[in-house]
Amino acid sequence: MTAIDPTAHLTAEQIEELGRELDAIRDEVIASRGEKDAAYIRKVISAQRKLELVSRGVLLFSIFPPAWLIGTAGLSVAKIMDNMEIGHNILHGQWDWMRDPKIHSTTWEWDHVSPADQWKHSHNELHHTYTNVIGKDNDLGYGIMRVDEDQKWHPFHLGQPMWNFINACFFEYGIAAYDLELGKNLHKRRRKNPEFRARARAVGRKIRKQVLKDYVIHPLLSGPSFLPTLAATFTANLVRNLWSHSVIMCGHFPEGVQVFERRSIKGETRGQWYLRQMMGSANISGSKAMHFMTGNLSHQIEHHLFPDLPSNRYAEVAVKVRALFEKYELEYVTGPLPKQVFSAWRKVVRLSLPNKKPKVRTPDREQELVAA
Amino acid sequence: MTSVALRSRAWKLLEMVTTPLVPSDYLDLVSPLRAGADLRGRIEAVRPETGDAATIVIRPGRGWRGHTAGQYVRVGVDVDGVRLWRAYSLTSPTDRRDGRITITVKAIPDGKVSNHLVRRATPGTLIQLDQATGDFVLPEAKPAKVLYLTAGSGITPVMGMLRDTDFDDVVMVHSAPRPHDVIFRDDLHALVADKKLRLTELHTDTDGMLDIARLGDLVPDWAERETWACGPAGLLDAAEEHWTEHGVRERLHTERFRPTVVATGDGGEVTFSTTGTTVDADGATPLLDVGEEAGVLMPSGCRMGICFGCVTPLKAGAVRDLRTGEITEAEPGVLIQTCVSAAAGPCDIER
Ligand code: FES
Repeated sequence: MTAIDPTAHLTAEQIEELGRELDAIRDEVIASRGEKDAAYIRKVISAQRKLELVSRGVLLFSIFPPAWLIGTAGLSVAKIMDNMEIGHNILHGQWDWMRDPKIHSTTWEWDHVSPADQWKHSHNELHHTYTNVIGKDNDLGYGIMRVDEDQKWHPFHLGQPMWNFINACFFEYGIAAYDLELGKNLHKRRRKNPEFRARARAVGRKIRKQVLKDYVIHPLLSGPSFLPTLAATFTANLVRNLWSHSVIMCGHFPEGVQVFERRSIKGETRGQWYLRQMMGSANISGSKAMHFMTGNLSHQIEHHLFPDLPSNRYAEVAVKVRALFEKYELEYVTGPLPKQVFSAWRKVVRLSLPNKKPKVRTPDREQELVAA
Repeated sequence: MTSVALRSRAWKLLEMVTTPLVPSDYLDLVSPLRAGADLRGRIEAVRPETGDAATIVIRPGRGWRGHTAGQYVRVGVDVDGVRLWRAYSLTSPTDRRDGRITITVKAIPDGKVSNHLVRRATPGTLIQLDQATGDFVLPEAKPAKVLYLTAGSGITPVMGMLRDTDFDDVVMVHSAPRPHDVIFRDDLHALVADKKLRLTELHTDTDGMLDIARLGDLVPDWAERETWACGPAGLLDAAEEHWTEHGVRERLHTERFRPTVVATGDGGEVTFSTTGTTVDADGATPLLDVGEEAGVLMPSGCRMGICFGCVTPLKAGAVRDLRTGEITEAEPGVLIQTCVSAAAGPCDIER
């Protein structure tokens, strides 16, 4: 919690007016969605599949170093495309309006160990509804990190730069565990809960299939290139994990992003909800290629305002959203990737150490922090 | 091991290679019309028939099982990026040598799909297909005398029949507003010239509508003929009445094109068909709340339209998006977000 509320200068009416202006931006995109957008996502999907096919093909000969390099690079990019611009966005329902059963939030499955439906629940529902609300939005620190000076420090937090790094390397497994709410569910009593067990089994099945494909079948198909192919797929997964972890860290962790108390969202209006999304997210600036490779999560602010608008429209929406930030004198947190990543990491490191107790603390607040 | 078992093992292995996708996701990239793929077709040509009608020549995928003259096919066409399904009569003979099929489409006012197909569709486009269906077909035993009673685009299934089967004694009474509105006019006149058809062409703009009571003036032996009628509901209703009155109803076969028009208003009776619950809903309450109040187990999440955790098939009727006011009508495969949709008339939700 920052000491000064950066939205204090806004009246309730202004906040509702802001909400209406954002709704108008949304309606405009919805009304103009069409053939071009549909062609875009189809093109991206087809390009991703071709890239993956070719890269896996090249890896059959990965015993030759140039083939290993090209194949690994291609596969890394293909996996990033699958997870970011394609999977994340389709699973948000961004393309449901096309009524194509093959490109639909209810049928899509992605190259990731967390099954799509579990991820949709924890991400679309919990994270996007309760963005940056301590104790409600587990994306804040993934339940393993201290992300706000007001959270109580514990010696465990000393290790958090380490946890964060390990999490980054094995990010997809971290996400799967997180979607399962593993920490909470491993308590003796909850472990037996049949609903949890069913979900755990589904994750197990998905992990088995993914591991079998990446680390057994494809290496075997490569024959003499078995080991290089294995190393290549491992590397591609690692690259994808590090990349998506970095991008996602930039979304809500950099300095300047606000977090919220649980009671602050009681009876929240539409305008207030929008405002929380605006203050709780941060963008990454950069080239078109950068936006594409981040799955347009570089437009995190716009994505959080309108999670169901097609990703290819965020860039044009961003211009209008930014104008509203200016109009209402709010800080639009953005910057190039290295700067944002550095800022997020610095926070992780800083908060691994104890800080001075904040001065004002309500009993209510105290309780929340303990719960978080 | 039998070859079937072997093949299914090979397929399983292939599925492991392509997981989480399936092999056909990749095969579709190169060969969308192959055997075993979802049934699709490729538009190869669009030929204007009249000012507002065109014949679409389609190469169907390998899975196409053929059709019987008079049947229709449902096609899924992407219009402005949205897949919409409509049914059109097949107008090609059943044994066309090049294996292509045709549908003939008349652009109806405000018809999204028909206007798209007639005016904007381009060769090379992929469309989705269902297998041909419909029982507006000829019997196996050829009737001695046939009457075709058609109006407007009601000519299309009949054209399929005319192109497919020769009869010794065929009469057609066809209505269209003006001569140049008659779809297949040249083809019909060619059949007349070959003495394969006797045709009465009515131009309703100048001649007025066909008065079914006076059909006997045009075709004196109409009651002895096996009759196939297709056209607007008014014509078909009148025909059914007329044939019934004369006690020959079993000789009349009709085909109705337009599906029942969906009533859109404010609120309506909502049926949750899986659980068999029916309740009245107003036009402002989200269907998620309506269902929950009625004790139906509804999937839900954010309850504000962002998580897509509440999407449910809309089987019939229409709903209104409470945020944009947009109306969504039921079509196969249409899912709605129940937390931000309200009844816009009677509707059926699969829950
Ligand atoms: S409940 Fe989240 S979109 Fe309907």
